[in-house]
Amino acid sequence: MTEAIRAEGLVKAFGRTRALDGLDLTVRTGEVHGFLGPNGAGKSTTIRVLLGLVRADAGTARLLGGDPWRDATALHRRLAYVPGDVTLWPNLSGGEVIDLLGRLRGGLDKRRRADLLERFDLDPRKKGRAYSKGNRQKVALVAALASDVELLILDEPTSGLDPLMEEAFREVIGEDRGNGRTVLLSSHILAEVEALCDRVTIIREGRTVETGTLAELRHLTRVSIQAELAGPADGLAALPGVHDLQAQDGRVRFDVETGALGAALRHLTDAGVRGLTSQPPTLEELFLRHYDRTGTPGEKHAEVSR
Amino acid sequence: MTTLTGTGKLVRLILRRDRLLMLWIPFVALVPISYVASINEIYPTAAARQQYADASMNSAGFVALYGRPFGSGLGELVAWRAGFLPLIVGLFSLLTVIRHTRTEEEAGRRELLGATVVGRHSGLAAALTVASGANLVLALLMGAALAGQGLPVAGSLALGVGCAAAGWVFAAVGGLTAQLTEGAGGARGIAVVALGAAYVLRIAGDLAGQGEGVLSWLSPISWVLRIHPYGEGSLWVLALAAGLTAVLAVAAVALSARRDVGAGLLPARLGPATAAPGLRTPLSLAWRLHRSLLAGWMAGFAVLGVVLGGLADSIGDLVHDNQMQDILARMGGKGGLIDAYLAGIMGLFGLIAAGYAIQATLRLRSEESALRAEPLLATSVGRLRWAGSHIAFSVLGPVAVLAAAGLAAGLTHGLNTGDVGRQVPRVLAGALVQLPAVWVLAAIAIALSGLLPRLAPAAWVALAACLFFGLVGPVAQLGQGLMDVSPFTHIPKAPGGAVSATPLVWLVLIAAAIAATGLAGLRRRDIPTL
Ligand SMILES: Nc1ncnc2c1ncn2[C@@H]1O[C@H](COP(=O)(O)OP(=O)(O)OP(=O)(O)O)[C@@H](O)[C@H]1O
Ligand SMILES: [Mg+2]
Repeated sequence: MTEAIRAEGLVKAFGRTRALDGLDLTVRTGEVHGFLGPNGAGKSTTIRVLLGLVRADAGTARLLGGDPWRDATALHRRLAYVPGDVTLWPNLSGGEVIDLLGRLRGGLDKRRRADLLERFDLDPRKKGRAYSKGNRQKVALVAALASDVELLILDEPTSGLDPLMEEAFREVIGEDRGNGRTVLLSSHILAEVEALCDRVTIIREGRTVETGTLAELRHLTRVSIQAELAGPADGLAALPGVHDLQAQDGRVRFDVETGALGAALRHLTDAGVRGLTSQPPTLEELFLRHYDRTGTPGEKHAEVSR
Repeated sequence: MTTLTGTGKLVRLILRRDRLLMLWIPFVALVPISYVASINEIYPTAAARQQYADASMNSAGFVALYGRPFGSGLGELVAWRAGFLPLIVGLFSLLTVIRHTRTEEEAGRRELLGATVVGRHSGLAAALTVASGANLVLALLMGAALAGQGLPVAGSLALGVGCAAAGWVFAAVGGLTAQLTEGAGGARGIAVVALGAAYVLRIAGDLAGQGEGVLSWLSPISWVLRIHPYGEGSLWVLALAAGLTAVLAVAAVALSARRDVGAGLLPARLGPATAAPGLRTPLSLAWRLHRSLLAGWMAGFAVLGVVLGGLADSIGDLVHDNQMQDILARMGGKGGLIDAYLAGIMGLFGLIAAGYAIQATLRLRSEESALRAEPLLATSVGRLRWAGSHIAFSVLGPVAVLAAAGLAAGLTHGLNTGDVGRQVPRVLAGALVQLPAVWVLAAIAIALSGLLPRLAPAAWVALAACLFFGLVGPVAQLGQGLMDVSPFTHIPKAPGGAVSATPLVWLVLIAAAIAATGLAGLRRRDIPTL
């Protein structure tokens, strides 16, 4: 089996809200897959469908070769889930929750548990009610990461963590990748996704808008070019794929789609190039393009630089 | 004073959130009206009342429950019968205050508010204000209601104020204990123990002797009973209650100033770093989540069983005049009357135990809405196994709770009559025979949780309907067809009555069918449904 998760055409409506509207998602076995989308895009809902907690109105989903709704309990032995909102039982200690959840899955690796507690700097003796948001998140993370499972489903796992702990999380997931675990990681944090993920799916309003490796996705984005020219660059604005052209005193600034880069550069050299800077597309750019609900892609082109 | 900024807003917020809960005020305030009617009816003459007062004075059970009557006037007897109301009022008051202070804080809502324009003591001040105001309303309502029955106005108000004073003291107790612990459960526990201690001191003081027992003066519950409405009217006792309230409230404010939001003064206890080997199934988790609730109910039922069972033997002694003796003879003599009393008590226990059953069942729903079901259901735990772990408590919990009441009542009554061997099994059976009806209500809560999760709390409406049919139905002479809607109507009267298995089997089958429908719904629906 080479696909850990395959969802096609998922539709889910909650009353009038269409949380999922024909969503596709494929996660290959052994990869770390980033799952991105603005608030309310349907990330958590997708994950709940994959866990058999919520039943999709239409579409198909396969998880570890099984049907997530019908085979839920059997499949759940092979995966660990960290919800977006972690709430704990007020009168159970963090250590008790970690052990209980581990036992209810496939089992828990004791050494790894101890190691993770140390790395996340978590006191397992505190009662559930006494933990801060970040520490509740850590309890769920330790429980999931120390479990003997093939698949991790993490819904915004670092949302409450401080930067130090985010770093610890990245390290742990990086090591996990070496062990052949599959990870589905929903996130808002681009640096995290760029650092960890092999492939990314971006969704918006319940639909998949982009999916692929980071390299492939960059391919879809635009490069920012600034050039000082010897002569006028007439006709540049008319080239397909060139956007937001500004020209002044022999300087031009524009964004160009990666596919049209060659043609644009030829046009510039014809005019005589004195100076040239180009900025590679960042994931943020990609992200902003898809996150921006109002503008059509491109109009809000990135002022973001890294 | 900036530490109180926003108190008014919070008061309005509390009032809006508690609209329905506040119904306890008119409910408790109007209870004494029924005493006026029943005392007038059963003891119409001064001589009969004198006898009743004398008999009650010498019955340990009555003295324990209500205190000692101060005299035999109608008002004095009503005030005496109202002697357990301060306990109820105190309980509601402390729960209200803790609910709006520590519970809020524990849920993190206090932080949310704290970040807006709300002063540091505003939450506490608002909760105390609401509780005190509620008690004032209670005092006025009770006074007006009793005066409306033709009792002297001053005495009626004094009785109302006495009840309210207990409310004030224990509202302040709640405010104080809310500062102590990190969890609301702990704060409630300490406050309830304080209330219980006051009540026990009151009982001990009253039983100690005719004279003013020293113990009585240690108990705020005792103070407010010593106002002696419709008699001496010793209002100076109120000064004691007011003084204590003030001291407790000031202490609560002082403690609140010394601690951080979210923290308690008592250090939070740490738990184990690893789970015990037994904590590996949904049922073992459910046990951890339910055990203190169950223990609380069992203890409460045991105490009620002792008190009400202890009264049984004195019931027969209260009937003195000839007319009543005749009725008594027709009911099967003193034994028949006592059995009827015990069966009535057991029916009441059944209704109250259904409250436990519903509360335990709704844990299912609260686990879901607090998003604690989701991570469990994402493990190898199936939905039915998860639901079953809580339903085990809705089904078996009432068995334990009713057994506690039945055993306690049977044992106390048996010891009073020197007939433990016979009374314990009879009374216990009377308690346990309630179970099928209790299960029907649990099943309704299960069905709602499974099929209409957002409406799950409506299970309480079903219980309210049963209470209505059980308590008001016979008086209002509702038609049998209507009465039959309540499962409790079909429960045989025991001890004393003939117990037939047919209705019990039917009720169990109905409960099973309703619960199964709910579970089928739970298997199909989205979790969590918020
Ligand atoms: N149980 C529910 N009942 C009603 N509406 C829901 C429910 N669950 C989700 N929704 C709605 O479906 C949409 C998708 O929500 P979802 O939680 O999947 O988004 P998300 O991508 O996880 O967002 P976030 O980044 O904020 O976590 C939202 O509009 C949300 O309000
Ligand atoms: Mg989400």
